[in-house]
Amino acid sequence: MKTTPLHAAHIALGAKMGEFAGYDMPLYYGEGVIKEHEWTRTHAGLFDVSHMGQMFVTGAGATAFWEHVTPSSFANIPGGRAKYSVLTNERGGTVDDLIVTRMGPDKFFAVVNAGCKDKDFPWLQSHLPSNAQMDIITDRALIALQGPDSERVIRDVLGFDASLMPYMWMAEHNDLLISRLGYTGEDGFEISIPERNAEKVWNAFMAHEAVKPVGLAARDSLRLEMGYPLYGHELDEDISAVEAGLNWIIAKDHTDYIGAEVIRAHLANGTEHVRVGVRLTDKGVAREGAEIRNEADEVIGMLSSGGYSPSTQASIGMGYIQAEYAETGHKIFVNVRGRNIAAEVCALPFVSAKTKSMKKKEAA
Amino acid sequence: MSSLKFTKDHEWLKIEGDDTAVLGITDYAQNALGDLVYVELPSIGKGVKKGEHFAVVESVKTAAEVYTPVTGEIVAVNDDLSTDPELIKKSLEEGWIAKIKMTNADEMAGLMDQAAYDAFVKTL
Repeated sequence: MKTTPLHAAHIALGAKMGEFAGYDMPLYYGEGVIKEHEWTRTHAGLFDVSHMGQMFVTGAGATAFWEHVTPSSFANIPGGRAKYSVLTNERGGTVDDLIVTRMGPDKFFAVVNAGCKDKDFPWLQSHLPSNAQMDIITDRALIALQGPDSERVIRDVLGFDASLMPYMWMAEHNDLLISRLGYTGEDGFEISIPERNAEKVWNAFMAHEAVKPVGLAARDSLRLEMGYPLYGHELDEDISAVEAGLNWIIAKDHTDYIGAEVIRAHLANGTEHVRVGVRLTDKGVAREGAEIRNEADEVIGMLSSGGYSPSTQASIGMGYIQAEYAETGHKIFVNVRGRNIAAEVCALPFVSAKTKSMKKKEAA
Repeated sequence: MSSLKFTKDHEWLKIEGDDTAVLGITDYAQNALGDLVYVELPSIGKGVKKGEHFAVVESVKTAAEVYTPVTGEIVAVNDDLSTDPELIKKSLEEGWIAKIKMTNADEMAGLMDQAAYDAFVKTL
């Protein structure tokens, strides 16, 4: 199994390790998933996400390249600005979701999912124009610091004042790429670090009183509470950004990208199934793959993610449901081990985002 | 405590009276599951066969079925678990899951005692 540059640090912390996307990763540490989840919402959780794929794309054709492989516009964003988007395929489905950051006029940094990077890199390479170059980064770790104390911790540990840095922006500090973003809904940062310094930076953060390590299990419950899609669950090669409710990432008047025709049709006509939030109103826990049923016990959808939400102390999930049932408040059932548990369709997110100046719904 | 018996699936079983088995899950299983968030209890009066699952313990991460090593009828369930699933971790008295009135006490012959179970866990 592959390991990250922080593997030894996780073992030293007594992490419960498990396989994720071919990597031996920390699932949780000593105090357990719920405590780690709550610590991230109230202080600062430190995550190793070095298994994710990092890359640079440079050259005069770089902007056009990103506009060809995603439905988003990158033409008019300033240096330092990051955008969440998806890689589309010819069917309008989703190759991966990712965050692309402009670092300069002709230089971009991108982070893709660990489980997709082996297919993303050849996919992107095959669409790369001759006037752009892609360099896969293999010598940098990636850590995420998430939670309300993050800005203070960044200042105390790195001597970097991020107080004027807005959400979805990157700054370069020494040899670190510090991006104010994350996947927990909290204020926080993702920091790309040269591999040789990874353990040193990790340990410096760990020494701060507001910081505790958090594993991938709580990362999942945190993102589920935020209603953020996870590739392989809410997104895949057969799910379009429109079905996933990611219309806000699709640039208006942008037509020259892979799968644009299908996406435009989905935007114009709607889709048969749409992504919704689901909250159980009776006791139980519903997980991925559970059928969603109507009052006549007909199958009308399926959960793409599900689990216990420590912040709301409820069983929550996301799923794809026939559009006619998608209205918030609709009474539904989730079938768990043959038993129908009462539930309702609810608005996302389950917990309000606390990111600094929430800007994600600005014009794409 | 010497009357405690254990299964390879990490259930514990304690005999109460002549023919009633009290069942729960061991420390090993509790640690493997992590934070417990829900316990699906059986209904009283339900018949269960040796090897069948009679309850489901849900942790943050996963759902784990709890199996009975004995055949019989559910005669009591620990309702306190439906409001506080973490009680399972407290003690046998507070954390039992269900009581089964056994129809064939001979089925207990293959179960491990504490020493055998402790040795078994060390091999995992």
